[in-house]
Amino acid sequence: MEQIRAIWRYGIKVGIIGGLVLVLMALIGMIEVFTKRQVIADFISMGHVLYLAAGLFVCYMAAKRTKPAKPLWVISSSFFAGLTTTFFLVLLIILGRYINLRMMFINASDLLLNNLLTFGVEGNSGLLLLLYVGMFTGLITGFFYLLPNVVRTVILWSLAGLVFAGVLQDLFRSILTNNFPNIISEWLLTSDGLTMKGAFAIFIIIALVIISWSIKGEGIKQGWQNLPKKQQLTWRTVGTIILLVIILVAPWRLGLFMSEVLTIVGLYVLLGLGLNIVVGYAGLLDLGYVAFFAIGAYVTALITSPEIMNLNWSLWAAIPFAIFFGILAGVLLGVPVLKMRGDYLAIATMGFGEIIRLLVLSDALRPFLGGSQGIGKIAKPQILGFVFKGPQEIYYLIIAGCLLVIFVSWRLKDSRIGRAWKAMREDEDVAQAMGINLVSNKLLAFGTGAGFAALSGVIFGSKIGSIYPHSFNIMVSINIVCLIIFGGIGSIPGVIVGAAALIGLPELLREFAEYRFLVYGIALVAMMLIRPEGLWPEEAHKRELHEGTAKEATG
Amino acid sequence: MWSIGFVLLVLIIIGSILTLRAGRYTTVQWFDFVIYGLAQGSIYALVAMGYTLVYGVLRMINFAHSEVFMSGPFTAYYVAAYFYRSSLLESHPFICLIIVFIVSMSISTLIAFLLERIAYRPLRNAPRLIPLITAIGASFTLMYLFRGLYGTGFQAYPVWKVFTGKWALFKGLEIGKIQVFVIFAAALVMIALYLFIQRTRIGKAVRSVSEDKEAASLMGVDIDKTISITFIIGGAAAGAAGVLYALVFKQVFFMMGFIPGIKAFTAAVLGGIGNIPGAMLGGLLLGLLESIGPALFLDGYNIVAPYQLKDAIAFLVLVLVLIFRPTGLLGERLAVKKA
Repeated sequence: MEQIRAIWRYGIKVGIIGGLVLVLMALIGMIEVFTKRQVIADFISMGHVLYLAAGLFVCYMAAKRTKPAKPLWVISSSFFAGLTTTFFLVLLIILGRYINLRMMFINASDLLLNNLLTFGVEGNSGLLLLLYVGMFTGLITGFFYLLPNVVRTVILWSLAGLVFAGVLQDLFRSILTNNFPNIISEWLLTSDGLTMKGAFAIFIIIALVIISWSIKGEGIKQGWQNLPKKQQLTWRTVGTIILLVIILVAPWRLGLFMSEVLTIVGLYVLLGLGLNIVVGYAGLLDLGYVAFFAIGAYVTALITSPEIMNLNWSLWAAIPFAIFFGILAGVLLGVPVLKMRGDYLAIATMGFGEIIRLLVLSDALRPFLGGSQGIGKIAKPQILGFVFKGPQEIYYLIIAGCLLVIFVSWRLKDSRIGRAWKAMREDEDVAQAMGINLVSNKLLAFGTGAGFAALSGVIFGSKIGSIYPHSFNIMVSINIVCLIIFGGIGSIPGVIVGAAALIGLPELLREFAEYRFLVYGIALVAMMLIRPEGLWPEEAHKRELHEGTAKEATG
Repeated sequence: MWSIGFVLLVLIIIGSILTLRAGRYTTVQWFDFVIYGLAQGSIYALVAMGYTLVYGVLRMINFAHSEVFMSGPFTAYYVAAYFYRSSLLESHPFICLIIVFIVSMSISTLIAFLLERIAYRPLRNAPRLIPLITAIGASFTLMYLFRGLYGTGFQAYPVWKVFTGKWALFKGLEIGKIQVFVIFAAALVMIALYLFIQRTRIGKAVRSVSEDKEAASLMGVDIDKTISITFIIGGAAAGAAGVLYALVFKQVFFMMGFIPGIKAFTAAVLGGIGNIPGAMLGGLLLGLLESIGPALFLDGYNIVAPYQLKDAIAFLVLVLVLIFRPTGLLGERLAVKKA
């Protein structure tokens, strides 16, 4: 009796939720689109990996929640979770036979329902196969859960690494073909997906690395800490130099497409670092940040383009103007919102950002700003006859900008101003009582951030050559805020990691562009629920977050 | 600061005088503007209720409320299209309409409920920035989930024949049937919700939670349940507003919630966020400002295509309210402490 109740509570209930999620996943067309990319050539596609991974996750959750964790109970609840999940899919398929689901759900295609969901077997035998797969997955997951922790970690991480390699195969392919003899890439990769041999090799290598790290890892860490300070410094410098060299040669070793991705990520890093000063250091949530980016780009366009003002200056001359107007706008827009806090500030700045975009877009200002047609023919920067024309050249401009901004942020962080910002972020009233001038410090934060945004605007404008108001919508602001928080608010490496994860990854997975924002949204929510401090948090901020929860838990 | 406000006021007055003196619009046109504005405004008001109620109990801006607004009518579209194809729409228009409303409101309610349950409840004690980001994430998730389900295209809402055409009033003034219906339906839902909040035990619980959570829980109010109910009420209002919006604009698509959502939020702030009559007043005012504003304030200056600046006016109103009267027109009755 007890066990039946446990099966219901931990197995079937989880299975119902999982089943509904999988049905949704199928109906939004994710599985079908993802089957177009092979993870291991001619063996398994992305879509099926996703499908199976979701099923495994459901069973794993069921196994994990089962209490008490007796082996038989765990296996039975995992088994029933798998069965229930597939039961929902079977229902969907049967429903699809009698009703034309496509009337409502545009992606519920025949191929999906009668072939892909049942692993290529059509008809009733496919339905049976699906149920068997569900039960089998449940059993396997149950046994897997009972394995010792080390074994579980090794298998999980190796599988995850394998899938990751399959997903990012384009990246690996361009690294391998551009830098190594063809033999390696041919052995590892086909034109679509990993080879079987390659997959095994990757799996085994990752497993070995994890095993050896779990045995030797602590020793290596200890050894590092025992090294004299001077030697540590030398190694750090060597590491930094190697990193710099890699960064500098990257665009020429990765090909055009990857350089394009790198420049986009770089631009967002630049924007993110600027906003990080406003949001991360000073704690002022600014959702209209794109306005300053737009101002930088438009000032550049007006100054360098033969259209509209016909000044035709060089790009270098435009930079100081753009930054000046950016800072000016930052301060001017900062003044009215000085007294606002939190959500109110976010909304007011968002309003400002949208007003600026709508003004630029309107026909009323078309003679001055080009309206929806935008402004074209923006100058490319050149230095001693060297023209920064393609992504591979612009990349260096962006790297230079990033280094400048990283340096400034790093120096500002623990400076007098940086500390004042931090105090303001923690508690405005107390900061004011301590003699911090809120007005000047806030305006300084807005101005600095806006200046950096304008700088990115200059680079952006000259990179794409012509600008339109649509490039400056609120999504850009939201993207930047999200990447900062995703990476870890207030942390410089966090911004880079956040930009790579939220901007770079989706760029690499272009054919899945349709689901980009869906995954993005889910990732944001999941991140906030599981790890609110971000991927690479700043130490102090992480401490604060956990202190807060600890306090609330006890008091 | 006040000098900026003064300059703006003078500009608005001069613009209005110039427009009126130029006499470019007839009385009929002004009347149309007002009616359109009221219809639009009553839709904003309904959505604004959701923002205000949630802000009242959780002190957070529910960014995903615009997707709650979208989900209902987008789903109900398929019901309406079915009625249209089976010509039930011809024979029983009102029954069909009621069913469409019920479907839309229940889907929106379900989404709002799940949203609170999955995304917001675990974060109730987190720092303020975190629920805001979660709300943005949830908004994306919902928007693109529905895009995946129903596709990217605009779906044309079927037309109810009973609502096409106009009624003639005196002196050549006419009033569109659909506008009348929208205003009345919205008023009905608003009054119902207002009475629900003011008169019932559950409504009392909602008000007590927004006043003081701890005291309410000491008095035996189930906080979790009350917050869920708040989301449900807001979701129902948004679902109803969504159908009205679809009837007026005759189309639905997955991003339809974004702009009305921001407008409705503006309306909530305008009336005083956390304040229910304020949301209604703010919605109506914003609708009016948006429909009359471009013609009245901007046309006098001979600005090209002033209607493109309709949204800019709405955002300007938002920013100005936040600057000069952050408590809104009716004051923030429910939320004493901010930030």
